[in-house]
Amino acid sequence: MAAWETVIGLEIHAQLATSSKIFSGASTAFGAQPNTQACAVDLGFPGVLPVLNAEVVNMAVKFGVAINAEITAKSVFERKNYFYPDLPKGYQISQFELPIVGKGSLSINPEEGITKVVGITRAHLEEDAGKSLHEEFPDQTGIDLNRAGTPLLEIVSEPDLRSAREAVAYARKIHTLVRFLDICDGNMQEGSFRCDANVSIRPLGQLELGTRTELKNINSFRFLERAINIEIERQIGLVEDGGQVVLETRLYDADKNETRSMRSKEEANDYRYFPDPDLLPVEVTVDDIEHIRRSLPELPEQIRSRYVDSLDLSDYNAELLTGSREIAAYFEQALAQAPAHAKLLANWILGDLSGALNKSSLEIEDSPVSAEMLAGLILRIVDNTISGKIAKQVFDAMWTGEGDADAIIETRGLRQITDSTAIESLIDEVIAANPDQVEQFRAGKEKVLGFFVGQIMKQSKGKANPGQVNQMLLDKLRNDA
Amino acid sequence: MPAMTTTITGIQRGLAAGQFSSVEITQDYLTRIGLFNDSINCFITITDDLALQQAKAADAIIAAGNAQPLTGVPLAHKDIYCTDGIKTSCASKILDNFIAPYDATVIEKFNQAGAVMLGKTNMDEFAMGSSNENSYYGPVANPWDFERVPGGSSGGSAAAVAARLTPAATGTDTGGSIRQPAALCGISGIKPTYGRVSRYGMIAFGSSLDQGGPLAQSAEDCAILLQTMAGFDPRDSTSIEQPVPDYSVQLNQDIKGLKIGLPEEYFAEGLDADVARVINAAIEEYRKLGAEIVDIKLPNSGLSIPVYYVVSSAECSSNLSRFDGVRFGHRCDNPVDLEDLYKRSRSEGFGDEVKRRIMIGTYALSAGYYDAYYLKAQQLRRLIKQDYEKAFTAVDAILCPVTPEIAFKQGDKTDDPVSMYLQDIYTIALNLAGLPGMSIPAGFSQGMPVGLQLIGNYFEESRLLNLAHQYQQVTDWHLQVPEMK
Repeated sequence: MAAWETVIGLEIHAQLATSSKIFSGASTAFGAQPNTQACAVDLGFPGVLPVLNAEVVNMAVKFGVAINAEITAKSVFERKNYFYPDLPKGYQISQFELPIVGKGSLSINPEEGITKVVGITRAHLEEDAGKSLHEEFPDQTGIDLNRAGTPLLEIVSEPDLRSAREAVAYARKIHTLVRFLDICDGNMQEGSFRCDANVSIRPLGQLELGTRTELKNINSFRFLERAINIEIERQIGLVEDGGQVVLETRLYDADKNETRSMRSKEEANDYRYFPDPDLLPVEVTVDDIEHIRRSLPELPEQIRSRYVDSLDLSDYNAELLTGSREIAAYFEQALAQAPAHAKLLANWILGDLSGALNKSSLEIEDSPVSAEMLAGLILRIVDNTISGKIAKQVFDAMWTGEGDADAIIETRGLRQITDSTAIESLIDEVIAANPDQVEQFRAGKEKVLGFFVGQIMKQSKGKANPGQVNQMLLDKLRNDA
Repeated sequence: MPAMTTTITGIQRGLAAGQFSSVEITQDYLTRIGLFNDSINCFITITDDLALQQAKAADAIIAAGNAQPLTGVPLAHKDIYCTDGIKTSCASKILDNFIAPYDATVIEKFNQAGAVMLGKTNMDEFAMGSSNENSYYGPVANPWDFERVPGGSSGGSAAAVAARLTPAATGTDTGGSIRQPAALCGISGIKPTYGRVSRYGMIAFGSSLDQGGPLAQSAEDCAILLQTMAGFDPRDSTSIEQPVPDYSVQLNQDIKGLKIGLPEEYFAEGLDADVARVINAAIEEYRKLGAEIVDIKLPNSGLSIPVYYVVSSAECSSNLSRFDGVRFGHRCDNPVDLEDLYKRSRSEGFGDEVKRRIMIGTYALSAGYYDAYYLKAQQLRRLIKQDYEKAFTAVDAILCPVTPEIAFKQGDKTDDPVSMYLQDIYTIALNLAGLPGMSIPAGFSQGMPVGLQLIGNYFEESRLLNLAHQYQQVTDWHLQVPEMK
């Protein structure tokens, strides 16, 4: 049996977060009544003309600069001609020969400690089509043109990805980037961020690419991974049984976890691309690019290195903390309050806080425990006011709205006992009450130390400082011997 | 019945002096339309109620002393301009039921200027044609001889002005559609520089070539109308952001010493001898006015027709895709599926010439043919443009015929598309280059009007209007009116 190599390239459609459409003034808000957000331009009425929304150019250039891509000085909108009821003009305005963003690249970390550079072939601007609604009307098709004319940035990768895992790492990275750049809301359920995957296999070592299939209808990262894996399995099975992969578009069915043929490329349209005579070439000057470069926020990659290099966080934690603009912002805000405790903050954000957020299906920006509150809690841990264990109680209380850490520690009386006299009397009580165990310790069975600590902590309702208890207990048991 | 030879300037004077009201003159034109439209067929829609309503409003504005230059002046609009709430058909069955929900920018400007709309004029379907025989609403007759064509595609507008059923009208020009019918009907018309007049709401044929302009009884009237039509429009990305000069200022300037070029290619074989005689007489007139006449060359002229039919057809094949029976316009009865809906709606809705152009254009853009046709045509288009740019380094304007012959008989060329396409041989290059051009009456041949074409450099409409106006000060060809017996 030959060993197979998988080759994957992704086409990502990121809906640009403008308030109006790419060529008209109609709103792009999601979820309105069908056809209430489509003006004469979006409906392709006779005589109307497209006018480019300048904001989309800025957004595309932002993306291009962020991936170190060549920005085309004069990019051109072309018409992609085909008939479909949800394509009002009978052509889609897109870019073909001269896309606004040329070759660029992005580093991904598919596994801890591994960095891979993925090539990006191009990114071009285009308008979205409307939606055909087949379910609502028996024997008829409804057309909703609200989405028609919504601006999209189509980001095309090189076939550089070698596994579903890498593909997901890349897609996530792009997702994080466009959200950091504030050019796309990244909502996959509403279709603001869509991935199509081109998948092929070839015998390991072969340079020539195998025949690819294009997977569509993937609306989460989990499904992206599954769809690619199931398609790789299908292709390998097919070829090993003596069959051939056919160039075609396949639809991923998440319910059945299978891909099925949608249309073969031979049936595909001849799109008859030609430059749209209604639109002028889009000119972007070196000054424009510089201006945008200077206005860019700190990018996830830069933040990540900063976290690793100057805060001494692990690759893994740094990656997670830069997973979204909101997480990074939360971390930065907390860090401002507790600048010396980056690692502890990171552990709490990625541990207890993330767990609680997941459980309640909340986003970090909606967290009941604010960054300032979390930092306040951390400060009480490091100044020994409370132990890490008590801190979890305090966190839960903050989560349910009992106030900030100090208030909770105060009202619940959770302050740690660090007074040696108080601890000593606790120790004396426990030693006096358990003479057998004292004997065992003296006979060399040091394990019983844990028993004593447990008893003392229990007596103190967890408030005794565990370090002090350990030290003093040990001294006492040994010295009294 | 008044003879209705009143020009726009005449109407302006009459309204200002209180000789007649806008309602009176509008009613007079509506009466004439009622009398002659059956024989000429130049109107698709007559908006009599709206016209009288607008006229009444205009009279109130005039009485209040707030009149603008076009307040109360009746006009007709080519049925290619979208008019809010009024049928806009482009002379096609596919838009026979289409009521535009908005005004074209040009219409909006005339409305704001207080003009009165008499109706929508007939044309070749989607502006494709040179004889106005390609209309779903039937052919238009030439007022000088009802058996002859008025030219096209703005044939309805030209015939209506020639027959004085309206003092002036709007048209559009993609390959000669203002200038050629103006010439064949003995009136004046100007195609401005590409980008000078907004294309918003003007149903597209060849987007990189289409340009709106006026058809009127004189160059002076053309200047008045162009003043309102021209200007940057944020809704049209190809309209040019450049101030509009006052077109009346330059009209009366002396043309002494201006250099006028005669392109030898436009006086070569194919030009009817009697038409040539008329043009030569006009050249003499310009010489007398003090212009310096020089010979020039436009060596790539022969490429114009093939280049034009590739570019305009390619663009139209895409522009006309939106007429699919889904959202507006004609839809076939009982479609069995989507493909049937498309095929029958479009087959039933479009006329033969439109189908021919869609097929030519689709072919020219197809995979494997794009480079040989569309791309090549765009390269040659640049050469044609360069010819003119070079010519304008040596001359101030170019003079040539508008058409190779006078208006032909209806039906004479309908079976021979290529001979029909040759009608535009002298007009097409301007559209490819984006230059302004004007057609004015220069005489008669066999009792039919002959037009003279003036071509200017980019944005030099003022110079063309000046040259035309000066000629019209010393000739009376533009004052001739058909008898219409």
